Amino acid sequence: MRFRLLATAAAQLAACAGIFTACGGALAQEPIRVGAFLSVTGGAAFLGDPEQKTLELYAERVNAAGGVLGRKLQLTVYDSAGDAEKARTFAKRLIEQDKVDVLVGGSTTGETMAVVPLAEQAGVPFVSLAGAVVIIEPVKKWVFKTPHTDRMACEKIFVDMQARKLSKVALISGAGGFDKSMRGECLKVAPKYRIEVLADETYGAADTDMTAQLTKIKGTAGVQAVLNAGFGQGPAIVTRNYKQIGLALPLYQSHGVASKEFIKLAGDAAEGVRLPAAALLVADVLPDSDAQKKVVVDYKRAYEGRYKSEVSTFGGHAYDGLMLALEAVKKAGGTDKAKVRDALEGIKGYVGTGGVVNMSAQDHMGLDLTAFRMLEVRKGDWTLVK
Amino acid sequence: MTAQFAQYLVTGLTVGAVYALVALGFSIIYNASQVINFAQGEFVMVGGMCSVWLVDQGVPLPAAVVLAVAAAALLGLALEKFAVEPARGAPVVTLVIITIGASILLRGLATLVWDKKIHALKPFSGEAPLQVGGAVVLPQSLWVLGVTLAVVLLLSWFFGRTLLGKALLATSHNRLAAQLVGISVRNVMLLSFSLSAALGAVAGILVAPITFTSWDVGVMLGLKGFAAAILGGLGSGAGAVLGGMVLGIAESMSAGYVSSAYKDAIAFVILLAVLVFAPDGLLGRRVAERV
Amino acid sequence: MSRTAPGFAQPAAHRIRGPAALALCIALLPLAFANNYYYEVAVLVGLNAITCVGLNLLVGYAGQISLGHAGFFGLGAYGSAILTARYGWPPLGALVAVTPGVAALAYLIGRPILRLKGHYLAMATLGMGVIISIVIATEDRWTGGPDGMSVPPLSVFGFTLQGERAWYWVVGGCLLLAVWLALNLIESPVGRALRALHGSEVGAEVAGIDSARAKLMVFVVSAVYASAAGSLAAHYSGFITPSKVTFFHSIELVTMVVFGGMASVFGAVAGAAVLTMLPQFLTLFKEYETVVFGAVMMGTMIFMPRGLVPSLATLFADRGPSKVPP
Repeated sequence: MRFRLLATAAAQLAACAGIFTACGGALAQEPIRVGAFLSVTGGAAFLGDPEQKTLELYAERVNAAGGVLGRKLQLTVYDSAGDAEKARTFAKRLIEQDKVDVLVGGSTTGETMAVVPLAEQAGVPFVSLAGAVVIIEPVKKWVFKTPHTDRMACEKIFVDMQARKLSKVALISGAGGFDKSMRGECLKVAPKYRIEVLADETYGAADTDMTAQLTKIKGTAGVQAVLNAGFGQGPAIVTRNYKQIGLALPLYQSHGVASKEFIKLAGDAAEGVRLPAAALLVADVLPDSDAQKKVVVDYKRAYEGRYKSEVSTFGGHAYDGLMLALEAVKKAGGTDKAKVRDALEGIKGYVGTGGVVNMSAQDHMGLDLTAFRMLEVRKGDWTLVK
Repeated sequence: MTAQFAQYLVTGLTVGAVYALVALGFSIIYNASQVINFAQGEFVMVGGMCSVWLVDQGVPLPAAVVLAVAAAALLGLALEKFAVEPARGAPVVTLVIITIGASILLRGLATLVWDKKIHALKPFSGEAPLQVGGAVVLPQSLWVLGVTLAVVLLLSWFFGRTLLGKALLATSHNRLAAQLVGISVRNVMLLSFSLSAALGAVAGILVAPITFTSWDVGVMLGLKGFAAAILGGLGSGAGAVLGGMVLGIAESMSAGYVSSAYKDAIAFVILLAVLVFAPDGLLGRRVAERV
Repeated sequence: MSRTAPGFAQPAAHRIRGPAALALCIALLPLAFANNYYYEVAVLVGLNAITCVGLNLLVGYAGQISLGHAGFFGLGAYGSAILTARYGWPPLGALVAVTPGVAALAYLIGRPILRLKGHYLAMATLGMGVIISIVIATEDRWTGGPDGMSVPPLSVFGFTLQGERAWYWVVGGCLLLAVWLALNLIESPVGRALRALHGSEVGAEVAGIDSARAKLMVFVVSAVYASAAGSLAAHYSGFITPSKVTFFHSIELVTMVVFGGMASVFGAVAGAAVLTMLPQFLTLFKEYETVVFGAVMMGTMIFMPRGLVPSLATLFADRGPSKVPP
């Protein structure tokens, strides 16, 4: 009697293994381990904070929906505080101690680049959430990224300037990594769009007043438009000072200010400011025919419903990072690192908050200029520039 | 050209006034305890964040300002009572490390109590800029300068004319002698910490409409305030004000005429140069070392 | 100050016993290491400890505060990085060239600013550190700016040092050397002069000590320690950013020294160890991490005002609480 019971159990177990996904939850399976290191505190906390919240929210949601391949998601987040060395130590901890299957994180380019050698050496798929081109250029076998690059932002802005017949530009940028990298890329691609950079000012990371720099730009003859590369509080102060000293030229901001907070901080001065950003910011006004409509509206609802604060594109990058990683796990049929990496590289037509992703062996970001929308601030809200 | 110069000057004076307020806080605590309070910048942050939060809760601005300053003063009191007082007799550098610990703690608490976002306070009287001699002056800048002036006058009256203020000064000159004439050094310490915390909070509230405020805004302002206090001469009220102004103007002039990337570096080079020629700051008193 | 500390009666024995105990520690620790992550943390502890042992000579023994040593650390790190990555120098050659360079710079900077006293000196060194960090963050053609730059691995005569395990032994050896040199310096006439300085500068001068020279020398030595640690750190991590050059890191270093116990070489090592490892433990507090870190720091300094090692030493020395002024 007892023997027979055992036999049925064994048979059931075998059946279970056969239809893996159907009753996978019942089996004590190894979870899918996702490791993240983010600037949850420190100067880049406004990136890391929404990123962490997004990852935690979606890890919960995925698990509530039964996980992936019937396996639960186990998320480990460490706070690297914007410090490259901390990022590296935590990445090592994630790889060696927590034995994660995939790394998602690196809020800043510095943190990401410090971890790249580790991921490459250990052979762990790594989806970065930082902006600069250097992360994916040259292509690194195990490294992918979700945010648009700064070069794309420059190009998108210059295309818009061309359309408005603006060709003489003043540049003002912060001293941070993002700012400097974008400034460099803009200077590099400007000639391609026949844009002439007449002034090139900078301000410090914690500066509280940019009137002096803007006064200098105001005094530069021939400037037709101003481009501000930066994120955090800097661009908001620039925007305010810009209005205060009576500069009336078109002002462009970067994709680094892409959250409602910018408009709130800059106030009325933000009217008329243009910037390239992901569709996420204009989720509500996207036409229903837009491929991203559903994804961005869902994410926005989920995030804002849970945390009672406005979405930013940064959280969106984390969403895309996690979803791409899970998509790859699904396609690879498990967490074999090499297979997941190959699957990541093979992802085509994934619709995320940042755009439609088409990865390839040459492109580990998979976004093109269409992923960016040109937005303009009108009446205290984002509007799409037609 | 002159318009540009005027603009840089206005900018420098506004920023400098804020540095001066923070520097005054450093000097007051230094006088009472010989300690450089590295949590001074966090008082600035608490002032700004607390008033923003209160305004968001629907408290009218004047009340929010008073409450925020009071909150900071209480915090200063608590810092003295629960962290500095128990470590009495410890080496000065240990006390300094305690204040560094306090600054980390306060920043952490701010992210928990409030958030990690950047906030703006509404300007006290509108945003329409005024034209003065070709330069653009914000009404808020006038507030900053005016309140700083008022605070400085108030402080000099307090230290020069009131018994309590004189007691504070006496303690800074000679602790033991002050004790002997019946001054309670403990109360002096408590008063100094809450007074400089309140000053920091005032600075934080004044700049919140111009430069915004966030949980980590105190780090940079604290550093600059410390630099200003040293530049002017530690412990000297007039020195703190002068130091702040010099630092602020040096920064904005360097940004305007030399290089905006190196403006902070230039300010520190000036500071170092001054110290080489005046090792006790611009208005610092030379203290004979006791053997 | 540590006249009551055990072992001081026989300085020679102390000089051997301490390093021997440390060597034993370094040799046995790996038995408790489960994986490379432990080695990683241990290497970081070692590198910070080297810097702190040097800084402690200045802060703890000479009584001169520096809030700019991250600058020297950064100069070492970026000097090595730039020479090897941009100019193809051999790493050891770069290290050998950069360290004296930083020493010379420290000498030049130290000469004028070491005349300053107390908080003025602290501010001057802080200013120096800030200037160095601004230059490093701004001159991105050489340094890669705030996003940092890659550094080739340390290779010596064709042998490339790679992996945390190999690095553990190298850094361990360097730390031992650093400690041994520091102990010797302290027991030398210069060291005695320094301690006299810490007590009373005027008194020391009257006793015929050239205080300016002694201070300058120890300032340069501490800069060399920081620079060497920086060079090693750059090669070890393979990627450096200005985050370790900021004044936060300078303050962190002084905190380690004071936390562990001033005027105690092993205090500096202990301070570096505790404060480097603490954040790794505190991850379990999640969003309360910063608050707990600040509270631990304050609590320790309030209850052990002289730092971990001297306070614990007094406690275990069974001589009752000794109120020795610093």
